[in-house]
Amino acid sequence: MAQAEIATSGMTRRGLLGAAGAGLFVFFHAEAQEPARLPVRQAAPVDLNAFLKIAPDGRVTCLVGKVELGQGVMTEMAQALAEELDVAFDAVDVVLGDTGLCPYDMGTFGSMSTPLLWPAVRRAGAEAKAVLLEMASERLKVPVDRLRVQAGVVSESGAPSHAVAYGQLLEGKRIERHIENVPVKAAGFHLIGISQPRKDGPDKVTGQAKYAGDIVLPGLLHASILRPPAHGARLKSVDTSAAEKVAGVQVVKDAGMVAVLHERPDVACDALGRVKADFENPPAGPDDRTIFEHIQKTAPPPTVVKQSGDLAEGERRAAIVEKTYLNSYVAHAPIETHSATAHVEGDKATVWASSQAPFQVKNAVASALGLPPANVRIVSRYIGGGFGGKTEADQAVEAARLSKAAGKPVQVVYSRREEFFYDRFRPAATMKIRAGVDGAKIVLWDGQIFGAGDREGNPFYDIPNVRVTSAGGWMGGNPPGMNPFAVGAWRAPSVNSNTFARESHIDLLAAAAAMDPLEFRLKNLTHPRMRRVLESAAREFGWKAGRAPTKRGAGMGCGMYSNVCNATMVEVAVNRGTGAVEVKRVVMALDVGQVVNPDGMRQQAEGAVMMGMSSALSEEVAFRDGDVLTRGFDSYPIARFSWLPKIEIVLVENPGSPALGGGEPPIIAMGAALANAIFDATGARVLQMPMTPARVKAALG
Amino acid sequence: MERTVSFTLNGRPVAVKADEERMLLWVLRSDLALTGTKFGCGEGVCGACTVIVENEAVRSCVTPLSAVAGKRVLTIEGVGQKGLHAVQRAFLDHHAFQCGYCTPGMILNAYALLLKTPHPTRQQIADHMEDNLCRCGAHMRILDAVQQAAAAAKAGS
Ligand code: FES
Ligand code: FES
Repeated sequence: MAQAEIATSGMTRRGLLGAAGAGLFVFFHAEAQEPARLPVRQAAPVDLNAFLKIAPDGRVTCLVGKVELGQGVMTEMAQALAEELDVAFDAVDVVLGDTGLCPYDMGTFGSMSTPLLWPAVRRAGAEAKAVLLEMASERLKVPVDRLRVQAGVVSESGAPSHAVAYGQLLEGKRIERHIENVPVKAAGFHLIGISQPRKDGPDKVTGQAKYAGDIVLPGLLHASILRPPAHGARLKSVDTSAAEKVAGVQVVKDAGMVAVLHERPDVACDALGRVKADFENPPAGPDDRTIFEHIQKTAPPPTVVKQSGDLAEGERRAAIVEKTYLNSYVAHAPIETHSATAHVEGDKATVWASSQAPFQVKNAVASALGLPPANVRIVSRYIGGGFGGKTEADQAVEAARLSKAAGKPVQVVYSRREEFFYDRFRPAATMKIRAGVDGAKIVLWDGQIFGAGDREGNPFYDIPNVRVTSAGGWMGGNPPGMNPFAVGAWRAPSVNSNTFARESHIDLLAAAAAMDPLEFRLKNLTHPRMRRVLESAAREFGWKAGRAPTKRGAGMGCGMYSNVCNATMVEVAVNRGTGAVEVKRVVMALDVGQVVNPDGMRQQAEGAVMMGMSSALSEEVAFRDGDVLTRGFDSYPIARFSWLPKIEIVLVENPGSPALGGGEPPIIAMGAALANAIFDATGARVLQMPMTPARVKAALG
Repeated sequence: MERTVSFTLNGRPVAVKADEERMLLWVLRSDLALTGTKFGCGEGVCGACTVIVENEAVRSCVTPLSAVAGKRVLTIEGVGQKGLHAVQRAFLDHHAFQCGYCTPGMILNAYALLLKTPHPTRQQIADHMEDNLCRCGAHMRILDAVQQAAAAAKAGS
């Protein structure tokens, strides 16, 4: 262990709020959480903020740049720290998403908070405990190996009154440490693996949780911004004179942005209605029907995701099944729209923003304002749902520019129409699969992915002859015009599309082999964890072997994402007259490695069932010539109470494994399981998500 | 037309000088700085802005200020002022939220149901809550929570 760097209180070279005052601070290097396989979005800065601090009053603060989207990161981080430090769960406060207080974090996406950051927080806790034990050993004159800790009090084994509290050890001291390789606990957990009450609960049930649009500052103005009628439309002329006549209105024109500001948000919105603007419409473009052909035509050259064996050899031996699968654009549609409150004062800016990546927003705001990033602070504490859609935060930059121009704090809250218009949708995608079986074995898989992205495009089944290519995707790098608007990460990006196609196709191959879909999968699968979740799901579901369609309406799908294994089984009833699908029951088995907070994991999985159902059955963005036509929940229906099926989540134990992220993987197999269940109920194969009543009816013939 | 509108808010009298055609949601959130009531759509579709007016759940984004003149209005800030209300406690116990953004509207809609129907069936709860949207998918737990709150009231009565 490194020498403790001890200084007296107040002697600090670190001016930042998160690292001020007396107490024990543990710092870390941000690179520790940057996995090599990720594209580098920006160089990780040297840490300036502590990860954890223990104050002389004994309160422990965990400072993490992740944001609480509802996924329970606040609770998981508190569990990690309290566990390693041996303090009470309630003694830990968690501060999230504040670039002024927390160490650098690249963003909350990719289900990476648990696998990457959570172990680092545990190490920070273990490091702090080691320091405190050394200090206690000196104070109590007892060797470290004879000390024990409970609820933040260090005592001598066998002499519980010979004790000192963590806080007492830190009085008048300032100790700084960096994370060393102090081992974390291997067993004997009192918090990890045991469901804990949500740290964010009290704030959320009392209305005290402050989201970015809930920040109230003296002099605050609300902005309504002039928007084009379609993506690609160009503003020709604008007349704001009528809006300016509204009492209290301030109009800002700033480098192409026209905004109406007022101290009341609804008055600003009404006044914007008085602005007369003339736009030049963009040239005609694709619509939601022609888009699939358009994407195939405009996609970049494909890259090879996987190539093995010999396709010609597979072709010779196989009974071939070939199909093309489609999925439409899907919106994130969080109930909280993109929101930001910005306060620019001189050369400093503070922006409260609903963002999944506050440190990226910090740079974006800094460059928009021409300020050094160090002068910008972004606060993203509570976010009203993200699902990948709040990775970028244009509204934060807009609010900051307007605050600078107006000289007052400014709030921007997207209307529901703006939220749909500016969403970075899950991309429309085409998946072509040509595959074949020889007896019970899959011997050929030739897949082409257009638009979705390559994640999980390579099947995890044992197939000797495989080629998978991918052209274009959610991550950017698409040729201009391939998608008529921005696309981006949507809860398990690429994977919903690729899993829908693969697992639908596996069922078609099972039918070609005249086999039960479960038996067929197990015959072609050696991946031990995937086999285990599949068998667990089948047991819980009570899967009855049979060749589809059995008329029972049962279907399954398997999927993998971020190393989490998922097997989903559903039971549906299909109304042959209307094509409407009713989901009666969902059983989902998951292997998420070590389970940190079992109830938290269940919440994520239950939520994924609902979101997975509606994205697979009803969610579809309609558009034409750059205009987004679905701009509200009436035209874009999401799952509601009447949709709720019986949900059973099985967490397959895998205690030796590291903890994996569980927010995204539960959603991935819903589409395929539903498609396969519809087939089992009716014999009709629906090849396009969403599987709307019209598409189901069309497939019924 | 701008005038002074008086009503009872969370048990206390208030008088707001404002255009009475403005929607209650914005008066609550902006004029009165009570931000617990949420904006989700502004079109009466999502239920995030639900408040209670004279024991009825209403959508404040489509309720003009004039409609609450002289009436009793309850927002999330007024629920459980003397310790958590049974509905809030049940939402906590069941973790009936994730992002929490729909939660104030859910709690107030459930509260209104229990005022009228203290012992609802699960189906009655689901029907009553149907038009409150939750993107995080906390539906199952919300139903569980409202059932628990109803049972607690029954036990206590
Ligand atoms: S904000 Fe009022 S119903 Fe959506
Ligand atoms: S908890 Fe997020 S919308 Fe309901």
